[in-house]
Parts: sequence; structure tokens; C-alpha cells
Amino acid sequence: MTALLRAGLVAVTVLPLVELFVTALHPPGTYPPGLTWPADPHWSNFGLALRTARVDRALLSGLLVVLATVPAVLVLSAVAGYGLARFPLPGGRAVLGLFAIGLVLPREAIVVPLYQQVRELGLLGTTTGLVLPLIAVHLPFGVVWMRARFASASAELSDCARVDGAGPWAVFRLVHLPLAGDALRSLALLLVVWTWNHLLLALVLVDDPLRRTAAGALGAFQGRWGTDVPLLCAGALLITAPVVVPLLLLRHRFADALLAWTSVRRRR
Amino acid sequence: MRGWLFVLPALAVYGVFVLRPLALTAQSSLYRWDGVGPSTWVGADNYVAVVTDPGLRDSLVHALLLVVAFAGGPVLLGLALATALRPGPSLVLVLPQAVPPVAAGLAWSVLLSSTGAVNRALEAVGLHGVARTWLGDSSTALAAVGVIGAWALLGVCTLLLSAGVRRLDPALYEAVRLDGARRWQEFRAVTLPGVRREVGVCVVITSLAALSSFDVVYVTTGGGPGGATSVPALEVFYLAFAEREVGLASALAVVLVVLVLAVIGPVLRWSR
Repeated sequence: MTALLRAGLVAVTVLPLVELFVTALHPPGTYPPGLTWPADPHWSNFGLALRTARVDRALLSGLLVVLATVPAVLVLSAVAGYGLARFPLPGGRAVLGLFAIGLVLPREAIVVPLYQQVRELGLLGTTTGLVLPLIAVHLPFGVVWMRARFASASAELSDCARVDGAGPWAVFRLVHLPLAGDALRSLALLLVVWTWNHLLLALVLVDDPLRRTAAGALGAFQGRWGTDVPLLCAGALLITAPVVVPLLLLRHRFADALLAWTSVRRRR
Repeated sequence: MRGWLFVLPALAVYGVFVLRPLALTAQSSLYRWDGVGPSTWVGADNYVAVVTDPGLRDSLVHALLLVVAFAGGPVLLGLALATALRPGPSLVLVLPQAVPPVAAGLAWSVLLSSTGAVNRALEAVGLHGVARTWLGDSSTALAAVGVIGAWALLGVCTLLLSAGVRRLDPALYEAVRLDGARRWQEFRAVTLPGVRREVGVCVVITSLAALSSFDVVYVTTGGGPGGATSVPALEVFYLAFAEREVGLASALAVVLVVLVLAVIGPVLRWSR
């Protein structure tokens, strides 16, 4: 009975991906019946998607956005989290409170002025104009997460290093940061997924779908193929696979990171 | 004071690209503005419009109904699954959290289409009358969006609740079993109070997902048919960028923030 339940749960979980896959193999331009293996699988649909909608360029742009966003969030979060955790700052609690607001803030609440602001900066439609806001919206979680990690570190460690003549930056860089590697890796994993999959800001700030995040490129496919369902599904799979396949292999770490992510919400 | 050097870089980026826009949203909610030309002070008029305009009021109601679907489904099912499946479910359940919502939305549109797998399954068991284009029928579209959201969140909630159940002391279960408790009583007396915090966390993350459910709605229905799945997240986007009603869009965005705080505030207090 529980074995059946387990299997059913897994089946429901993977069902949409299986549907994407089998639909993507049907002849382009058809309306395939749900969940059927095509008589003549069109593996060429994936190549067609890559070439005609330039999914390759969309993937490259998505990768560029991730590579620009994630390391910046990691560095800024680690440094700020450390500052808030290890220094008795007047107003430190207020700053933490400001970041905590960002944990629950819907992106829709800032998207309109953000558009105006990026336009005034002359960055509309550029990768920079997308990356800067993406860094900012992910900072609240990063800072709260890293602060919690550094707050639990032992004070004796810093004292020892200081006695040995290390300055505040060296104590951070050489003592505490290496010990926070695990928290940083989990944070990086979540950030990669969230940035790769992000839609709203990409849609608003970048007109050319091939210069957005990977998820933002799906709009390009819809414009290009309209209602050609098999090609849409092929395109959707091409932007899904690069994040889902590695995560299935890393599912233990991803599950741990997700559960820790939820607990950060609780502490606030 | 040196500590500030650590905090300032992040605070500056956050201030410029989140806090400033947030303040500007609050400010422009008090003006009538097309986003380019001059703006006119209108006081609370935009807020009055948000609660009196039937379309916008509906979008707020839809958001609250989605909270029920996104939170209710995964939390209740997750509790049942976490109780039934020990030591815990497969980690494949994290998958929906990794799939881009736009791709999941597309996949579900295919599953729920007129010739899709869901209808074929219904017809296979003789329910021809029930089959329909779930996302295209104004009486079922919102519920269909709710199902997609519930699918996306069920896994992470089940894993979280399951971790909570595993942490409970087995001696507690033995004690109530000695008192002759049935499974339901056991669940009421031990499991539910024991995982209260986890339930609270699940309700918070699912409610947040429901209230800012832009991606899935944008890809599956675009708010249609006939506004049946309009949600504030989408309306803010349309009002600001299609209809050039920046003031009204901002007022709706502020109301959305208030709604978020009103929904998760009590849950956070309850689960502490």
C-alpha cells in the first residue's frame, strides 16, 4: 500500500515532464493526444528548436545572467551577513529588518519603478540592466541566510586569529569564510535555479527574448511558433533540462537547501 | 564602525534596486500617471478604484482563492503523506521546485487541454461529461491554476513535514498507543501539534507563491478566459505596461503587499 503511494507520488511529480517529452516528439504543427508515444518520433524537433528559435542563444544568455548574478549575490551576502553577525553595529537590527522585508516582498511590488529606473540608467534591454535588479532581489535571502550561518560560528575562533595579529578582513576571509563553505554551496545551488527560472524581471526589463534569462526565452518560442505545441514543448525541455538534470543528481543537497530555505522564512 | 564596511555594499545594491523602487511604488500610487508625461495628484482615488473596480476586486478574490488551493492542497496532502510514508518520501519530490514555472505551466496546459491526458483518463473511466478544456473554461480555469500551483509545492511541503514527523519522539506515539488511541487520535494528539512549526512554514511559502503567482498564470491563461484567472500580480503588469495606468498599478501593488503581510503575519505568530 505505501509502496503504491510512493510510486503514485513520484508518477504525479514527473508527469508534466514526461508529457513535455512525449509531446515534443510528435510531428510539428499537430495537436497530439496527451501522453502518447508518437508512431514516428521526431527527434529532429530539438534540433529544429535550437536552430529556428535560436534556443542556443537563449541558453547562452541564461547562462551569462546566472554567471553574472550568482557570484555577486554570494560575495555581497557573505560579506554583509558576516558584518551583521559579528560586529555590534548600532542599527544593525534595523538593517536586518530591511532585508527581512525583502524575504516576503512580491516582485510585482517593485517592478514598475524598477523599469523606470533601469530606463533612466540607460540599461534597458541589456544584461547589466537585468543582472543588477536580479542581484538585489536575491540579496535578502542571501544576507539573512549567511548572517544566520556566521552568527552560529564560535567567537573563540575570531579571538585566536586576532591574537595572532589578523585584521577584521583577514579573520573573515581566512577563518570564517572557509568554514561557511557548506552554507555558500547550498545558497549557490538555490540561486542558480532561481535565476535560471526567473521570468518577471526578464520579461519587463529586456525586450529581446534571446537576451533574457533562460525561462524568459520561452516567450520567444511562443512568438515564433504561436501554437505549435510539439516545438513549444521541445523548446521548453531544452531550457528545463540544463537545470533539472544536474539537480536530480544533486537532489540530496538540493532538498537540504530547500528545507533550510524554508526555515529562514520561519525565523523571520 | 568597521562592520559597516562589510554591510554597505549589499545594502547599497538592495537600497537602489529594491527599497527605492518600493518607496516609489508607494509614492506613485497616489498619482495618476501614464509613465511618461506629467503626473496628477489624486490622493486615495487609485485605492478606491482597486476595491471598487469589479475586475481588480475579482483579481484580489482570485488571489485569496489561490492561497486556499496552493496552501490547502499541499499542506493537507503533505500531512497525510508525511504520516503514511515513513521514513520519508523519495527525494525526486524536489523536482517541481527546479522546473521553470513557465515550462511547468506549458506542460500542464498540454495535460489539461481538450485532448490531453487528464481528459483521456476521465473518458477512459466513462466520465465523458466531465471532460473539458480545463484552462479554457471560465468555471474551471482558476481551479486548474490552483492544481498546477499545488503540484509545484506539494513535494517541498511533504519533505518538510516529513522531516518534522521524523523528529518527533517515538515514545510519544507509544504513550498514546498504550492509552488505546486510534490512528486518527494519534495524529491529532501527537503528529499535528508536533509539526505545527513545519505546517506554519508550509502555509507561509505556499501563500507567498499564491499571492505572487505571475509566471504560471502568464503562461497558461494570461488571466483569461474573460478574467476568470486574473490575479493582482498579472494585473499590475498589464496596468503598468499595457494600459499605462502606472498609478493604479502601483496602488494594486501596495494592496498586494498589505495582503501578503495580512495573510502570513498571523500564520507566523501561530506557528512560533
